[in-house]
Amino acid sequence: MWEYTDKVKDHFLNPRNVGEIEDPDGIGEVGSLACGDALRLSFKLDEKKRIKDVKFKTFGCASAIASSSALTEILKGRTLEEAEKVSNQDIATYLGGLPEEKMHCSVMGREALEVAIANYRGQKVKKEDFEVVCNCFGVTDREIVKAIRENDLKTVEQVTYYTKAGGGCAKCHPKIETIIESVRKDMGKEAPPPKPEKKKLTNIQKIKLIEETIGREIAPALKADGGDLDLIDIDGNKVFVALRGKCSFCPSSEVTLKQYVETKLREFVSDELEVEEVRQ
Amino acid sequence: MKTVYVDNNATTMVAPEVVEAMLPYFSELYGNASSMHFFGGQVQKKVNEARDKVADLLGADPTEIVFTSCGTESDNAAIRGVLDSYLEKRHFITSRVEHAAVNNVATYLGRKGYRVTELLVDRKGRLDLDDLREGITDQTAIVSIMYANNETGVIFPIEEIGQIVKERGIPFHTDAVQAVGKIPINLAKSTIDMLSLSGHKLHAPKGIGVLYIRKGTRFSPFMIGGHQESGRRGGTENVPYVVGLGKACELAKKNMEDENTRVKALRDYLEKRILETIPNVLVNGDRNHKLPNTVSVSFEYVEGESILIMLSDLGICASSGSACTSGSLEPSHVLRAMGVPFTAAHGSIRFSLSIYNTKEEMDYILEHLPRIIARLRDISPFWKDYLKSQGKT
Repeated sequence: MWEYTDKVKDHFLNPRNVGEIEDPDGIGEVGSLACGDALRLSFKLDEKKRIKDVKFKTFGCASAIASSSALTEILKGRTLEEAEKVSNQDIATYLGGLPEEKMHCSVMGREALEVAIANYRGQKVKKEDFEVVCNCFGVTDREIVKAIRENDLKTVEQVTYYTKAGGGCAKCHPKIETIIESVRKDMGKEAPPPKPEKKKLTNIQKIKLIEETIGREIAPALKADGGDLDLIDIDGNKVFVALRGKCSFCPSSEVTLKQYVETKLREFVSDELEVEEVRQ
Repeated sequence: MKTVYVDNNATTMVAPEVVEAMLPYFSELYGNASSMHFFGGQVQKKVNEARDKVADLLGADPTEIVFTSCGTESDNAAIRGVLDSYLEKRHFITSRVEHAAVNNVATYLGRKGYRVTELLVDRKGRLDLDDLREGITDQTAIVSIMYANNETGVIFPIEEIGQIVKERGIPFHTDAVQAVGKIPINLAKSTIDMLSLSGHKLHAPKGIGVLYIRKGTRFSPFMIGGHQESGRRGGTENVPYVVGLGKACELAKKNMEDENTRVKALRDYLEKRILETIPNVLVNGDRNHKLPNTVSVSFEYVEGESILIMLSDLGICASSGSACTSGSLEPSHVLRAMGVPFTAAHGSIRFSLSIYNTKEEMDYILEHLPRIIARLRDISPFWKDYLKSQGKT
């Protein structure tokens, strides 16, 4: 179970300002049914251009509903210039904090506000103007950059917690990493420590490591079943092996053993290796 | 606040009789079952009695019962133990809707260079057995398909599946964690070679499981150690828990009829009244082949976690396949595999009953659920849009 603060529970069970304003001055809608949460925010200004009334409708989990409710309470009585300065952190702070995995709920509130203000001013925040980085949740580079800047995010996981980007198929993770790196550089902060990469090996080291891996990880499994494997040659990243014993007669050895040997060698030696089987 | 516990596919209450049976083995009867003295011997006898009771519930021979630490260990031991015995075979067949204990083993095997075939399900959560027939090759080392699905309660045609697998001479494993104790199983007349069960799903405590291994099945132990469990699972026997599981199996056999008549009627009543009192509800899974205790329903245009927390506020404990409750951002892999539309996938709720539930409890749920759904729909922007599209406002 999530650890929600009493304030989150209160704003979820007794949400303030639920509804839609008829004939609003500004309206903003973000999210979708497919994404699992969505927020429609509408507001009306008084003569002094302060937010007189603001209402929300939200589809989503408890923290999404609580964040929306909190946002409407924060906004009341503010000018749009003041409202623009409301950040997702303000929403989270108002609620006494949110679980980090749920921070995207507060970001959704801030985004809906932005769209609603743009709507009032006759502008449009168009997704098409930006590059969609995460296709699963339709998150653009602009949203990711903003979340990193405002919340001092350091890792892909954090970006997922705050924006949902990268929370589906994970294909966009390298791209998010690149964005984090460039934004943090821009902010004058150190980039996250690079992932430990496999050291560049000299040819001799590579040959030795391949031999060791075959001896330790691969051959014992084959021997257990009456087979074996010999390292014949290495040419650049190509590794030539021959199957011995029982393995050499097995018609299906080609696909599966090649795959097995290649996976093991890539895991322990280098991602670039290719295995080829030779008969000799 | 009273507690209405209808999340029995997650875990169950330990039966009072089970607790009572276990207690002496924490205090005075602390012997090691392997010891040569009388003090260990009397414990060994109780372990064997428990083994008999488990075997009796399953229609198995006691020698085919191996005690493990949980359902997940049983699944891992079965699949990896067989693969270890057929090193030349590097193909694994399972389904798309397995529990993580099998699903993530499949992912792991894929990374290790195995070919993995995941059988798909239709909108009702059913398999197409022709996919299985076509999927099996000479390279297939083991087929592992769950008996009944934890989220929807859908029961797979396990004997038919086993027959197809058996004809090809391949070992067949089933994760029966949700089925054992809820529906009758007779392994004496079955095509199943290996079966996993978990104690805490049938009123024994957490931390005890069983792997059934049919005589003659090639198997390498997963937990390597002492000679316990006839060399098939090392580690000193967890005596109190083994005794507890034995008692739980004895009770399950006794309560099988109650489960399939009274509990089933309670479930049917709950399902029927939900459909009657709340609009836009879908029942997930094949209603003709389902565990007697499970109902999974999707409430359109609202989100599952919100429903759960409102229920929880009233003391009602259920679960959901929604994204927000799984800790991931996508709805459950089971509902996605079934192609449940997004309007409904995020709003799924599972009620899973046990013999300890009553009609009063169902009425308590039914008294509050319609109001909760109406309240959340009132907050949801999509509900009004939907009503508008239907010309209802």
